[in-house]
Amino acid sequence: MFDQLSERLQATLSDVRSRGKLSEADVDAAMREIRLALLEADVNFKVVKGFTATVKERCLGAEVLESLNPGQQVVKIVNEELTALMGGAGRDLAFAASPPTVVLMAGLQGSGKTTACAKLARHLRESGHKDVALAACDVYRPAAVEQLVTVGERAGATVYEQGTDADPVEIAAWALERAREERRDVLIVDTAGRLHVDADLMDELARIRKRVKPHDVLLVVDAMTGQDAVGVAESFAEAAEFDGVVMTKLDGDARGGAALSVKAVTGKPILYASTGEKLEAFDRFHPDRMASRILGMGDVLSLIEKAEQQVDEQQALDLQEKLRKDRFTLEDFLQQMRQVRKLGPISGLLGMLPGMGAMKQLKNAEVDERELDRVEAIILSMTPQERANPGIIKGSRRKRIAAGSGTKVQHVNQLVKQFDQMRKLMRQMASGKMPDPQQLAAMSGGAPRPKVRRR
Amino acid sequence: MILADAGAPTTAKVVEQLEQEVEAGTVAADGEAVRERLIEILAEVAGNGRAPIDLSAEPAVLLMVGVNGTGKTTTIGKIAWHLARELGLSVILAAADTYRAAAAEQLAEWAQRAGAELVRAEAGADPGAVAFDAIEAARARGADVVIVDTAGRLHTQSDLMEELAKVRRVIGKQIPGAPHETLLSIDATTGQNGLRQAKVFAEAVEVDGVVLTKLDGTAKGGVVLGIADELGIPVKLIGTGETLEDLRPFDPADFARALLAD
Repeated sequence: MFDQLSERLQATLSDVRSRGKLSEADVDAAMREIRLALLEADVNFKVVKGFTATVKERCLGAEVLESLNPGQQVVKIVNEELTALMGGAGRDLAFAASPPTVVLMAGLQGSGKTTACAKLARHLRESGHKDVALAACDVYRPAAVEQLVTVGERAGATVYEQGTDADPVEIAAWALERAREERRDVLIVDTAGRLHVDADLMDELARIRKRVKPHDVLLVVDAMTGQDAVGVAESFAEAAEFDGVVMTKLDGDARGGAALSVKAVTGKPILYASTGEKLEAFDRFHPDRMASRILGMGDVLSLIEKAEQQVDEQQALDLQEKLRKDRFTLEDFLQQMRQVRKLGPISGLLGMLPGMGAMKQLKNAEVDERELDRVEAIILSMTPQERANPGIIKGSRRKRIAAGSGTKVQHVNQLVKQFDQMRKLMRQMASGKMPDPQQLAAMSGGAPRPKVRRR
Repeated sequence: MILADAGAPTTAKVVEQLEQEVEAGTVAADGEAVRERLIEILAEVAGNGRAPIDLSAEPAVLLMVGVNGTGKTTTIGKIAWHLARELGLSVILAAADTYRAAAAEQLAEWAQRAGAELVRAEAGADPGAVAFDAIEAARARGADVVIVDTAGRLHTQSDLMEELAKVRRVIGKQIPGAPHETLLSIDATTGQNGLRQAKVFAEAVEVDGVVLTKLDGTAKGGVVLGIADELGIPVKLIGTGETLEDLRPFDPADFARALLAD
């Protein structure tokens, strides 16, 4: 999402980094680039002014000018200020001393509230708050209640609804009563999308708030919102006094200026980031990681967290044992590959690795997911015997596997050959030897393997 | 103009033209005259590529596309209502959003309000198949218009863009020349990303026009200036609320005036 801004800042700062000392003119030039980049990223004009002034002041101080490596200092300052701009070190929801914790979701039409409610429910259940309920208070949008019921159930949450004939404030109050009676840990209240300039609906929101006294009020904001984000946020802050923001549709390529501006203008942090349509595509927002990502310093922490969520510890120990005893089969390989793919599209993961942002060649690289599909199809067309012992795959078996997977015999050959080389490599490593560089090179040659291809 | 999301390039271009005209003397150098001329220039830019919606075929097929949450389904309800109630045409809606929870139910409600028929399938069905069935039904019953709803999708999801292109191909094979009108919904609050959206959607499905939605808010929708100017894709309709009547034809002069208003 912040690719463009990241690129610009890195281009400017890598120039600065290579010089020994900085002059005021150097700092001015860097500030100009930063200002342009932020404006182009849809950041609010006033916010940009404040940001560059703050950064410049720090850059002109002894901290930078007299340091042995002024360039590095500038990067550090920009990173720190960017992090502060988006909310400091990241925060969690406020939880009630005695349940249920009530979370109220509000926002413009189409911002992604209902999906966010279900995602938050799932996220909270995963992090220990087992019993989550949702309240369907959007009685205006056709089939809004049905939508929440469907996604809510998918997320493992109970949905309290009274159809569309009741008053939203009453539905919310009733839902809270039920949540108390049924001893739910959390109650998330979904509301109808509303314009910040619609007095009646903003009043309704204020009344819902008064009635259920939420512990957290979250404003849901679409990441592709332009300059209007600031006005919307200010109005909602006045009417609903929200505590934090959920940013949605962050998997797009919107520059994301809204994210940078909302906190600066309202003082409220971004708490969560929604990064796709699947229920799992929802994380706590970490401003420090986001800032590092913009500067090409990678987001390794998010990557590790994602991986940890996917890998089952017992499975990992079993795998280790198999590798040690050289019993790694194509079946195991298939499982490993599927685990990696569960982490998300590989192109997205690349962005989380340090330095990847700066590599221009990879900028529009696209891992060919179809190659991975092909490998999967080939293995799935093998019998368990063949997967355990690829050595028996000859002639007619190859033909059968190729036909079954919709590929050619040469693809099957290549996979078997490559897997064989990989096992040889693992045997070497397991026995403590350094892998033979020629072996490594041989493994890297030829399909099928994920190809990083320029678009 | 920047505050209205017109973007730096379009703003620079328009301002430059205005400056030149003032210098050349074709525009008087007083506030009022300059402002009026600016509105005229903006209206010209916004009106680039202007064309009416063509529903002369029988049946005419209209395809609705766009990013998630931009107002496709609501807009379809409004269009269907206008065609059915105001123009007395028979309309069939195709619930080809087979992904989003309760999407077909949502469209069903609009079909009922608008006085149109609905063709749907079970969740997860192939969107192209739903479009196909709706068009077949239209032929069989002699309906005038088929409007195809599609799932919201980010233009960055290439597999979903490919799916959309496929739906279009299916429609085209069924009726040569169809869809006769492809509309892209753009939320007025969208920033510069709107231009990106239009580019990528146009590559996948040949967009004929934009529906600029949620103009009843405070956002000005300035991003459509860039879309009209750089891509030649005009705004054809504007959405101004959540009820059936809240749909109007796009007027470049009104739009330009509103852009500069406070």
